[in-house]
Amino acid sequence: MDQLMAVIAGKYNYWVYITLMMIGLYGMIAKNNLVKKIIGMSIFQTAIILFYVSLGFKHGATIPILRHGHGATQAAVRAVDYINPLPHVLMLTAIVVGVGTLGVALALAILIYKRYQTLEEDEILEKTLEE
Amino acid sequence: MGWQIDPVVLTLVVFCAVGSLAIKDLLGAAIVFGAYSFMMCVLWAVMGAVDVAFTEASVGAGVSTVFMVAAVFRTTRRSKD
Amino acid sequence: MRIIALVLVLLCGGLLIAGTVEFAPWGSPHARQQVYLSPYFIEHSMEDTSVPNIVTAVLADYRGYDTMYETAVIFTAGMACFFLLRCLKRMEPQERVYRHLVTGMVLHVKKPSVPKPPEGLFEEIDPLWTPYDIIIKTLGRFLIPPIQVFGLYVIAHGHHSPGGGFQGGVILGASVILLALCYDLRSEVERLRESLSGICSAAGVFIYAGVGALCLALGSNFLDYSALAPILRVDPVAARSLGIFFVEVGVGLAVMATMVAIYNNLASAGLYDQGL
Repeated sequence: MDQLMAVIAGKYNYWVYITLMMIGLYGMIAKNNLVKKIIGMSIFQTAIILFYVSLGFKHGATIPILRHGHGATQAAVRAVDYINPLPHVLMLTAIVVGVGTLGVALALAILIYKRYQTLEEDEILEKTLEE
Repeated sequence: MGWQIDPVVLTLVVFCAVGSLAIKDLLGAAIVFGAYSFMMCVLWAVMGAVDVAFTEASVGAGVSTVFMVAAVFRTTRRSKD
Repeated sequence: MRIIALVLVLLCGGLLIAGTVEFAPWGSPHARQQVYLSPYFIEHSMEDTSVPNIVTAVLADYRGYDTMYETAVIFTAGMACFFLLRCLKRMEPQERVYRHLVTGMVLHVKKPSVPKPPEGLFEEIDPLWTPYDIIIKTLGRFLIPPIQVFGLYVIAHGHHSPGGGFQGGVILGASVILLALCYDLRSEVERLRESLSGICSAAGVFIYAGVGALCLALGSNFLDYSALAPILRVDPVAARSLGIFFVEVGVGLAVMATMVAIYNNLASAGLYDQGL
């Protein structure tokens, strides 16, 4: 029982992030409205970014900015004192690319609304079948 | 840090995500999505990823919410589900 | 459809959770991802580049190639919004609304054949949007310059504090969007014209690739900033720090112009006559 509690306490963070990813994926597949699908896509993206950033966390370590300035001692920098900066770098790119994708997706939604006068997926499918 | 803020913010994040997908009014969904972005930013700041939190605060809770509200303004506010 | 979605989601979630069995506990410093490449970056970035913010050093120097392509992706997203939505054919609007500047009286003109009232006495307002509000206009006038100064500070201080090109560029773009929200879209487009924002977003990518090509022309590798040391007359370590700064300026310019372009196209649905 103790071992199970230790395993859960060590890993429940990952399980919550996976739940968030699955909420976003469900929104993308199951919702009929196009803007809800776009919101689901964005939730999925930020949940994946959260997962990656959490991989770099270390207990008892500080932020990845070195101490500097007047009067700072030039002590040897140990890697175990600082949080892993590599996931942060990759996810900075991912966030900004995500907002670019969001802009293009919303532009497509506005175009579809101009053409079909509705944003619901089943109504759009009916209208394309009628043509 | 006196008490652990991580589980509280995590629960808020999950509630905001479910809420933004469940609200039928699209403008309300866009605003709750902005709140979700801000909770993510707080989570990353607590984890020590300050650059990522700064980017998410400016991009997610700022510009991304404005894009959504602009798109909802140009299409329609009602949705069936 | 919902049942299929639910089954699929539960299956994917179950597979992913089963995959976390092998992970080390969250936050342990001995996990496999913490010992492979990042100790080199943490321990050697100060002596290689003299930039205290390790994330900026890795983003713009060690992984500069990825960041260059990411700037290109941002530029492409802005161009995609432009190509999707922009209608260049100007249609005369059917109904126009004018307000008398002195008395505040509003004229609603329904027929397009009625001529425009004289320019100095009347101003045109959007038919779809909320009426005139002096509080928001004044607050916007006071807030926008400090926001822009803060955006420039964030770009310049990316070396020493959290920040850098992306964050500063988004803040600068947000200040222009605030101008569009407080006044109206037409006055914002008059200040930062569409052609200028297109040129700026391309110029940002060009600055980034240009710095890399300059390093190549000076005989070293592409995006190896220490080759700029003879031109800038500093030692190679400081040349890397200055190279990171130039590149961040390029990124900030591209991101600002693209945010403004995407907002203009989305809020006016390509017509550029009225917006949010």
